[in-house]
Amino acid sequence: MSRLEPLSTGQNPWNTAPDATGHFGRFGGRFVPETLTPALEELTQAYYCAIGQESFRNRLDLLLRDYAGRETPLYEAERLAKIHGKARIFLKREDLTHTGAHKINNSLGQALLAQWMGKRRIIAETGAGQHGVATATAAALLGIECVVYMGSLDIERQRLNVLRMKMLGAEVIPVESGSKSLKDAVNAAIRDWVTNVANTHYIIGSVIGPHPYPMIVRDFQSVIGIEARRQILDRTGRLPDIIVACVGAGSNAMGMFHAFLDDPVDLIGVEAAGLGLDTGKHSASLCAGSHGVLHGAEMYLLQDEFGQIVEAHSLAAGLDYPGVGPEHCLLKDFNRVKYDSVTDQSAVEAFLGLARIEGIIPALESAHAIAYLDKLAPELTRDKIVLVCLSGRGDKDVEHVAAYLESQK
Amino acid sequence: MSSKIEQVFKRTKQEKRCAFIPFITGGFPNTETFIGLLRALDTSGADIIEVGIPFSDPLADGPIIQHSSKLALDAGVTPQSILDTLREIKHEIRAPLVVMSYWNPIMRRGPEEFAAALSEAGVSGAIVPDLTPEESDKWRIHAENHGIDTIFMVAPITPAERIMKIASFSRGFLYLVSMTGVTGSSLNVSSRLEFQITNVKGMTNLPVSVGFGVSTPSQASELAKYADGVIVGSALVKRCIESQSDVEAINSVSSLSREISEALRFRN
Repeated sequence: MSRLEPLSTGQNPWNTAPDATGHFGRFGGRFVPETLTPALEELTQAYYCAIGQESFRNRLDLLLRDYAGRETPLYEAERLAKIHGKARIFLKREDLTHTGAHKINNSLGQALLAQWMGKRRIIAETGAGQHGVATATAAALLGIECVVYMGSLDIERQRLNVLRMKMLGAEVIPVESGSKSLKDAVNAAIRDWVTNVANTHYIIGSVIGPHPYPMIVRDFQSVIGIEARRQILDRTGRLPDIIVACVGAGSNAMGMFHAFLDDPVDLIGVEAAGLGLDTGKHSASLCAGSHGVLHGAEMYLLQDEFGQIVEAHSLAAGLDYPGVGPEHCLLKDFNRVKYDSVTDQSAVEAFLGLARIEGIIPALESAHAIAYLDKLAPELTRDKIVLVCLSGRGDKDVEHVAAYLESQK
Repeated sequence: MSSKIEQVFKRTKQEKRCAFIPFITGGFPNTETFIGLLRALDTSGADIIEVGIPFSDPLADGPIIQHSSKLALDAGVTPQSILDTLREIKHEIRAPLVVMSYWNPIMRRGPEEFAAALSEAGVSGAIVPDLTPEESDKWRIHAENHGIDTIFMVAPITPAERIMKIASFSRGFLYLVSMTGVTGSSLNVSSRLEFQITNVKGMTNLPVSVGFGVSTPSQASELAKYADGVIVGSALVKRCIESQSDVEAINSVSSLSREISEALRFRN
């Protein structure tokens, strides 16, 4: 089966989302300055046209295989499993892709799309720097000019990725406004796009933004779940009982969950509780947010009583975002996915734990999903199978975690 | 009965001139100066006054309006505090008031309640830069019920068919964005822009006002040959930001406002 064919013809309410106007139930849609509407229309048409062509799909599949290193392994973490009870635990190793995170799946797809549309310039926002690196990589590969917007706070905490982007030939523009992190990097990228819309394609890094972005990014990321589903069936002869993925804006989780939406599998999205949900210093839009509009779509988000967007907090820069993809919001409302959260502290413990027990240093973002295994432990009986999306590797985080540990002494 | 905004354009048309629509950020730099600025604009040639409701994430705005919005929010300005100010002085101000707000603050308050609050504050129109016509049903019905004209924007790259659709949704006037860009970008008044204004005017009976990047009397005077109205925002807000005192801010805004409105008076 090709990656981009629809997976399901099921009758569940989420099967048809988004509708033709880009709505996922009461979420999603298009809330943008009018200048962007023609560009979003062009992108929607180009996307459907491109993925309808075998040559486009083949080119992407080949790049994902030979360049990005797909399919990624499904690894049974036996030592990790022993700590958490008797269940079997499998890790989907997105950390083993070229550039070290699932972000490359989307960046390659969208960069090919940009080339297909004849755009000479690519822009992107980045939080942890993984999407920026993936996009700079895809742009280098295709010989397209690349500009990445990154909050100045994130530039500080993800220095390594900034150096990588620059070495890949991208221009990294620090964003000093607002929270100086991912939210404001998106604002800056959108303003660039409004200005240079004729020759520029904006590669959004997650399942957010105005239609068609949440759909495009989900589709390009759905390869994660498609592979994992096949792999776990091959390995164990059955579907997993529980799937866990971290959720910032939600792209790795959406990519993992999408292939399993119609299966009898418990899906759990883990948000960043930061210093704790009761402190207000967190990034848990689904667990603790309310309905609003941010970056062009209706979603759950963090806002004050007057509708001003509130700054998010997470030690993991890639989760530090006050909104979340509209499809996650729909899945929450239908109770199809359960959303929960873990704190910075738990994530750091999981980060160190996985390193010591399995010899895998996970991204701080992915460490949130690993940390959730502690909360799940009572359910992890002998007959259970758990699948965790290990969305990225943690090389980028080692300095930051070391500093965090020092500050906790 | 025609709305206050429609009446303005009827009058300017009779007087064979182009309407002047200055923009200032609500509650900025402080409530007293904001009131002073409204009075000053009203007596220095404003035909309509646009008041920005600060938002944390103003996607369509350049650095100047972003900065003024942030300072206003930091000082505790809220949508309602601005509307309270407008309500207090609505009888003193001759020019109809239009507010500019992003959609999230309106959605948070509730579209119906927000429209009612605008009406109570004496506001005649609303510009919601991130509310596309497709998403606007939940707003327009309440706006109309409360006598608020919703002004929609068209961009230089909006296709003809869509311009006509947007114009059919717009009330009061149609806002033509002068360029692909954010507010306060540098504008080159080209023959292409002049063609666009003429082109858009040919597609609608609404008055067409041009905004984004208009900062000097000479630009305004060029645009006045083609447009029904000219909107000036960042250039005025910049004068507030750069002023050393509140009195200086009012005087400085007032003098630029007078120069531009004079420049719009003569249509060749």
